[in-house]
Parts: sequence; C-alpha cells; structure tokens
Amino acid sequence: MYPDNYYSSTFTLLAAAEVGKHFYWNIAGFLVHGQVLVVIWFVVAILLLFSILGTSNADRIPHGWQNFMESAIDFVTDIAKNQLGESFYREWVPFIGTLFLFIFGSNWAGAVVPWKLIELPEGEFAAPTNDINTTVALALLTSFAYFYAGLSKKGLGYFKRYVQPIPLLLPINILEDFTKPLSLSFRLFGNVLADELTITVLTALVPLVIPLPIMLLGIFAGSVQALIFSTLAAAYIAEALE
Amino acid sequence: MDSIISAASVIAAGLSIGLAAIGPGIGQGNAAGQAVEGIARQPEAENKIRGTLLLSLAFMEALTIYGLVVALALLFANPFS
Repeated sequence: MYPDNYYSSTFTLLAAAEVGKHFYWNIAGFLVHGQVLVVIWFVVAILLLFSILGTSNADRIPHGWQNFMESAIDFVTDIAKNQLGESFYREWVPFIGTLFLFIFGSNWAGAVVPWKLIELPEGEFAAPTNDINTTVALALLTSFAYFYAGLSKKGLGYFKRYVQPIPLLLPINILEDFTKPLSLSFRLFGNVLADELTITVLTALVPLVIPLPIMLLGIFAGSVQALIFSTLAAAYIAEALE
Repeated sequence: MDSIISAASVIAAGLSIGLAAIGPGIGQGNAAGQAVEGIARQPEAENKIRGTLLLSLAFMEALTIYGLVVALALLFANPFS
C-alpha cells in the first residue's frame, strides 16, 4: 500500500527526528500506525484511571482525587458554557470535555513521559496528536458534531444559513465547512509536531540544559492547544445552534 | 531525488516558514503591546487580559504553523520526489 521510498530520508539525517516513519501494524488489510495507537490507549487508560479514582466512593464533601476531578469537570464545563451559553451547554459538555481531556492528555503524554527509553523497530513513541490522522479524526468529529447540532435543532432549515446574509456568499459559506476541520487539524498537528521537532533539533545541537525551557514551553503549548481546540469546537457548535 | 528539486524544496521550506512568520509576528507584537497597555491602565483586570491574550496569541501562532506544515510536507513528504 505504501511504497518503501515514499518518504525521503535525505533530510532526516540532522537530528534523529523520525518524521514520516511509522511502526506499521497490518490489521485486516489496513496499515495502521501502531505507535500512535499504543500511546492513545495509554492516554485513555490514564483518563479512565483518573475518573475511576475520582468517582469511586464519591462523597458529598469532595476530598483527594474527587476534588481534583471535580475541578477538571468544572473547567471543561466552563469552556462549553462560555461558548454555548446557559441554555445549550449541558448536552455538549461530554463532547467538549472529552475533546479537551483527550488532547490535553495526549499532548502531555508526549511531553512528559520519557518514551525514548522504549526502542521500536521503526518510528518512535510520541504524542498521538503529532500524527495528522489523529488530529484529522478529531476535527472531522467536530464537523459531524456541529452538523448534528444544527440539523437536530433546526431540521432542514439549518441549510438556510448558507444563503445568509446574501445568496452571493454561498460558495464562501460552503468553503467554510471545509476550512474549519482543515485549520483545526493542521493547527493542532503543526503545533505538537513543531514542539517535538524544536526539542529534537536543540537536543542534537546542545544536549544539556538548553532544551529544558523549550520543553517547558512545549508542555504549556500543549495545554493551550487543547484549550483552543475545545473552545473552537464549542464555538462552531454554538454557531450552528444560534 | 533530483538535485534541482531537493534544492528548490529546501529553499521553499525556508521561505514558507520565514514569510509565514512575518505577519503573525507583527500581529502578536501588537496584541501583546495592547495587553500591556491594558494591564497598566487597569491592573486588577490582569488575569482576564492574560487569558484572552494567550488564546489570541495561539490563534495567530496557527498561521505560522500552517507555514511550518507546508515546510514539513516539502521536506519529509515531498510529492515531487
């Protein structure tokens, strides 16, 4: 399916950044990027563990993990409430919250966990969001979500917004449906990959101390990107609902 | 890969990052300057201003990142090689 020389290896010699090299698994005739799936399962397991710890023996007066998880839920609820408004936000909290927590967990799993200690035959473990397939999947989910939101609220009248304010804007309005997922996915993918590449190149040049501030910046940027993605998803859904 | 194509790809990758950094650089400078002005005028609003500033900076950063994506596509997944 993929030719061997599809990716040029000419430019990968400087740093050991393995862009475009993957640990392929062959599942039912499809080649999948195994390293991405493994890290995604890791993130999902961590999130599950946190939520189980937070909800097992839940108390009226929260303490320990329950306290922490409640503040996390408050945070994602605020993201949804700020964009969608008081009357619609409740049913979208699960979607927006999952997006935020998953992207946040993925970015931090790539930045915090020392994956380089585990050797793979090809490719390397990293944040799942540095693979364009993951981010495109998330962006397309967002697209489906806002179409669903608009159609379920207004029925076919939802498509009236394509000819508003004037029918002349029809092509631009249709184009917008394609640029939304495109920009969402490229923003997340580019930011995460850029952080990792910067760290790799800096580490190849100066291995000690110098990359540390960039790593901290990477951790910070990871959380900001998660916030941005979920805020934008909520804003798109709000736009479809209004 | 043809050497002309690889040379052109490297130059284009550099240009795509460099040119894409100009506009967001100016924009981020403006936004940060205005935010500092706002904080100086109203120090109690600092937290709110910081949140909005970070969010809008990340949006502007996305424009440079698009340049980066083009550069990465040219270097690592060149369609003409």
